[in-house]
Amino acid sequence: MYIAVKGGERAIEASRALLAAARRGDTGVASLTVPQLREQLGLLVDRVMAEASLYDPDLAALAIKQACGDPIEAAFLLRAYRTTLPRFGYSMPIDTDAMQVRRRVSAIFKDLPGGQVLGPTFDYTQRLLDFGLMRGDEPAPTITPAVLDHAHPLPNALAELAAEGLVEPCVPRAGDPDPPDMTRDPPTYPLPRPGWLQMLARADEGWVLGMGYSTQRGYAYTHPFGGDIRFGSVAIEVLPDELDFPVEIGDIEVTECQMVNQFTGSAAVPPQFTRGYGLVFGHGERKAMAMSLVDRALRSPEFDEGDDSPAQRQEFVLPQGDSVEASGFVQHLKLPHYVTFESELQLIRKLRAEVAQRAAAMAFEERETPAVVAQELA
Amino acid sequence: MNARQDNGCAGPAEGYNFAYLDERTKRMIRRALLKAVAIPGHQVPFGSREMPLAYGWGTGGIQVTAAIIGADDTLKVIDQGSDDTTNAVNIRQFFARTTGIATTTRTRDATVIQTRHRIPETPLADYQILVYQVPQPEPLYKLEARRAETLKLHAAEDYALMNVKLYEDIAHWNHVETTYDYPVRVDGRYVMSPSPIPSFDNPKMHRMPALQLFGAGREKRLYAIPPYTDVVSLDFEDHPFRVESQGHACTLCGSRESYLDEVIDERGVRIWTCSDSDWCDDRRSVAGTTT
Repeated sequence: MYIAVKGGERAIEASRALLAAARRGDTGVASLTVPQLREQLGLLVDRVMAEASLYDPDLAALAIKQACGDPIEAAFLLRAYRTTLPRFGYSMPIDTDAMQVRRRVSAIFKDLPGGQVLGPTFDYTQRLLDFGLMRGDEPAPTITPAVLDHAHPLPNALAELAAEGLVEPCVPRAGDPDPPDMTRDPPTYPLPRPGWLQMLARADEGWVLGMGYSTQRGYAYTHPFGGDIRFGSVAIEVLPDELDFPVEIGDIEVTECQMVNQFTGSAAVPPQFTRGYGLVFGHGERKAMAMSLVDRALRSPEFDEGDDSPAQRQEFVLPQGDSVEASGFVQHLKLPHYVTFESELQLIRKLRAEVAQRAAAMAFEERETPAVVAQELA
Repeated sequence: MNARQDNGCAGPAEGYNFAYLDERTKRMIRRALLKAVAIPGHQVPFGSREMPLAYGWGTGGIQVTAAIIGADDTLKVIDQGSDDTTNAVNIRQFFARTTGIATTTRTRDATVIQTRHRIPETPLADYQILVYQVPQPEPLYKLEARRAETLKLHAAEDYALMNVKLYEDIAHWNHVETTYDYPVRVDGRYVMSPSPIPSFDNPKMHRMPALQLFGAGREKRLYAIPPYTDVVSLDFEDHPFRVESQGHACTLCGSRESYLDEVIDERGVRIWTCSDSDWCDDRRSVAGTTT
């Protein structure tokens, strides 16, 4: 007799071998190298680093190769590796005003100190397929990226307005507690802003995009203006225990978006614009901008704006936005559930039997009643 | 002969600590477990780590097992009652590779049993620990999704939502419309999710001699039932909780007291077999019949 409960181990081995073969594809085509992926699929590498919350372009490229290009699976691989790394300490806050900018645009001023720096972007391309690339017909670059200027950082577009008091300040308040580490501390809702910003920074890009977009379509509208959107590299500094000055340990690339939003005021504070904030590893303007919209929506209790819309509800926006958690749990429905399904089968059979019994009893009554009545009359 | 070393696909995992997690993480989990044991049925938040297996596929149970397992332990892993389901195989291989300890399929030989969706039919003893994989630790989540609110309900011991739900089921269907993950009350205090075991298994939790530990990795919660603790399935005086027989016997071993899987064989014939494969094997070897 055949019962499909044995042989799991051999089947799993075969499945793993088939995956390796599928990953390689046609062996007549050259195998991709990790440096090729790192250099030529940079935006995918950045997205994987952001959602994995681990800044390592080489390992991200390796994860992308191993995951056959699936960004969530790649982020998962990288996160599982990240868990095993010792935590030496926490760096100083990065200073994005001191960023070596490769791109910075502001939508609120025609021109501003430092100017609009277009940098590398799809924004002004015409989306026509370039069939030359298919033929391997790639002209050599005609421009070399400008030498990054340490000495003259671009001031943030909001700085002037903030100095005038027109935009709310963006500095830690006195007694501001240390931020939680969302990769180590279990979330307790409601989270403080640093907690939700961390979760958004590593949330699924598609989810954050949809949530941000929802605020533009009337679900918690926040009157956003693209205040300062910048991409470039920033220094990472640590303050070792034995020294009283910070030491630079390297650079990372980040994208930051500061949105200028709806103004508020009160008896104590004259009207001023508010801010929404987004920051992601690497070059990810779509994610950083969407994040800043969601951040502003999540601040609704602070401005007494209610919580009628999904984007205003932490417990809706944050846990559901984690791509690795969501992907695992949605797909766990592939795992066997036949024990629980059998228990449901039993119940539904019983309920149906009871319904059938009742129906039969009623039919019996309808048939029998007139005769009984007739008998009694006689 | 069932105790064995199965090292899985790629041999022992090099460069990883015993049982994958670093010792500080294990200690953090054990501290949370101690708190969980001290407050039976109460969900304790813990710093759940990102494991190399997918969320929803046993990461909570794996972290609990990793935190408590030692070199002298013998591990059994089951899913749907069987040692041979794919995910159970994968988890068993994971621990074999990262610990090198002995694994077994025999319930009696195991000191740690990690399970998904079942409690073994063989009664467990006080030298054993049962580790449950839990998808959703919050028993009230379908009635109140906001965990900030359910936390308050548990604190106030306010289980009105749950009682009304059970009442409405009975009013509507004449039965509680929950056949697995049937809520229990632990030690007369906390309402707890027993994880998605069939309600058939609920009575086995009551005063079980083995320690029962529950891990929910994605939801970052742990909870526990200490040995010999009262565990009562929720019910009403006039509608007591009961386990009903499936009305069939195992085709292989003839058992009528075990939980049965319904299988349609290749000829289209419906048969029932024990979900607990070790229980079934045991009964068949005692009876001297083999397949």
